[in-house]
Amino acid sequence: MIRRLLVAGLARTPTHLMHDQAVVRCRDLRKTYEGNVEAVRGIDLTIYAGQCYGLLGPNGAGKTTTIEILEGLLHETSGTVEILGRTWRENPAELRESIGVSLQETRLAEKLTVRETLELFGGFYRKARPANDVLAELALTEKADAWVGKLSGGQKQRLAIATALVGYPRILFLDEPTTGLDPQSRRQVWDIVRRFQSEGGTVLLTTHYMDEAERLCDYISIVDHGTVIAAGTPPELISGVGGHHHVEFALDSETPAPPAFWRSLPGVAAVQTDDAVTALTVEEPHRTIPALLALVEQNGWRLSQLTTRQSSLEDVFVNLTGRHLREE
Amino acid sequence: MIDSTSDRQTQLAPAAIVHGRWTGYRMLLVARLKELFREPEVIFWIFMFPILLALGLGIAFRNKPPDAVRVVIAAQPGSQRVADLLRRAPEAQSLKVAVQPPAQAALNFRLGKFDVELLPQPAAVVEFVYDPARPESVLARSLADHALQAAAGTTPEVPTLSRVNSEPGSRYIDFLIPGLLGMNLMGSGMWGIGFALVEMRQRKLLKRYVATPMRRTDFLLALATSRLILMMTEIVLMLGFGVVAFHMRVVGSWMAIVLVCGLGALCFAALGLLTASRAQKIETASGIMNVVMMPMWIFSGIFFSYERFPAAVLPLIRLLPLTALNDVLRAIILEGSSLSSQAAPLAVLCAWGAVSFFFAVRFFRWT
Repeated sequence: MIRRLLVAGLARTPTHLMHDQAVVRCRDLRKTYEGNVEAVRGIDLTIYAGQCYGLLGPNGAGKTTTIEILEGLLHETSGTVEILGRTWRENPAELRESIGVSLQETRLAEKLTVRETLELFGGFYRKARPANDVLAELALTEKADAWVGKLSGGQKQRLAIATALVGYPRILFLDEPTTGLDPQSRRQVWDIVRRFQSEGGTVLLTTHYMDEAERLCDYISIVDHGTVIAAGTPPELISGVGGHHHVEFALDSETPAPPAFWRSLPGVAAVQTDDAVTALTVEEPHRTIPALLALVEQNGWRLSQLTTRQSSLEDVFVNLTGRHLREE
Repeated sequence: MIDSTSDRQTQLAPAAIVHGRWTGYRMLLVARLKELFREPEVIFWIFMFPILLALGLGIAFRNKPPDAVRVVIAAQPGSQRVADLLRRAPEAQSLKVAVQPPAQAALNFRLGKFDVELLPQPAAVVEFVYDPARPESVLARSLADHALQAAAGTTPEVPTLSRVNSEPGSRYIDFLIPGLLGMNLMGSGMWGIGFALVEMRQRKLLKRYVATPMRRTDFLLALATSRLILMMTEIVLMLGFGVVAFHMRVVGSWMAIVLVCGLGALCFAALGLLTASRAQKIETASGIMNVVMMPMWIFSGIFFSYERFPAAVLPLIRLLPLTALNDVLRAIILEGSSLSSQAAPLAVLCAWGAVSFFFAVRFFRWT
């Protein structure tokens, strides 16, 4: 099982839930907008109960279109979508009761209070959680009687997630839940997602933050130009890059050596140069670094910079597309 | 903080709230009303503006004592006799007579300081100089003529009597208030519904709502109900203001007025729904709404009777929903007509509402 590979320490799916029970399944999903813009070009996804599934990709990759089709807000051009074993066409009312949605950038009514907003959304469900309970869970109790317009960005986002949680959802859909938030607010959102998951919920989220996907998601599909270009658990994806480590250095020499020159060092899988900085993808830094230092010494050069880091999903994306995730 | 609450949660696990069929509708209605009353601009445009307008126009067109007619006599032989005659005439209190040198008298008449100029001629003839394009000049000529004849002792061939009547019901303000009520119902229906919807669409709030189990009919029903509730306050304010400030008399039944206003409010709410059914931006929607409302502001007889327009276009004007609403309101409020006697304009109103609603629901875009 894929899940077994995951970092221990976080409360994951309770064991009584069957891990192989698919709650979201879509096959060959396509969406063509008027004017022949192909936003989604054949995406397959299977999300299992209790999983936190991430769609990672740059802006415009088709993440929002995909998640909105799964939420039943857009119609697919072709392909099949099944949520909890049902389809949007046949059981829309029932499905609406079982999912919670937070759209990318919903601006809730500014002149209602936080509690009023939550009670309004709760009122749409046959069974709703008491507003105070949700407010306490999302650390919004102090702001319960404040107008929504007066909230900070992080508080607004937590309220948006609260409106998704108020109806006891089995699946939570979050479209870019932390975009534009400060680091502390992002961590609060992550805690909310983990808690929901620890209580047995399933999460599908989209993000263009690789660190978010890496820390939060059990399984990731990397989406680019409307297709999934790679999928797997974060460790699987990262080990697919080749080396697990990166050694980056700069020399104070006028004439840098060509990339091929560094290739001869032991354990180097790839070499990239970016201005003055040379980046080596390596399997075992403890073998490569002493050899690198010796080579520099031999040639009478001096290092002006030397850092090492582990491979990240960013490297996976760069490796697959030649672009950075957040290229403007 | 988050940790402590999660402890509490596992200990207490609060019970779920089970909602009935109409909870969503009730919540939407309450939220809508709260939002409206927390928006100071809304309160101003819906409630204060029409009253200020009625007050301003009511004062401008209030029934004043009739203006005295201003007569100038050119100072030449015979002018003293003419002045004496006018002073002795029964209409003397309606005449303001001045005697000025001929050149100055001519100039002042031309400048509009006097309504008519009298030139005494030889053989006791009085020549009137007046401008037929100025209604007050025509009136002044005829009044001065009559005054001279009466003062000279001429007996009229047909004896006549006159009586003053400026009772409430026939004044401009009586005509105006039902028109303003109609205009208000149109404005707040179109803006109140259309604006709110486009704003919610722009904020992606409509999309967020349809991502929940909310019934779409409940949403529209709540909007319509909020309109009817506001409408009641509009009626009470406008007519109450007319009654209190201008001693207006409401002749017809209040029940009929409320029914007609309700119909009007719903008709314009449907029209607002239609104009806002697809627009993504407030700017687009307000452009469309102005285009829709402009002809009715001009043609539907809010401030003056639409009968002044050429007879050929009157049937078209009567087909406008605001014309129909204003006609029915005036008939009931000023003449005490029954609802059944107003079948034709009521049918026009219903048709507009039904057709607008049909197409609005058909074209409506939630996302």
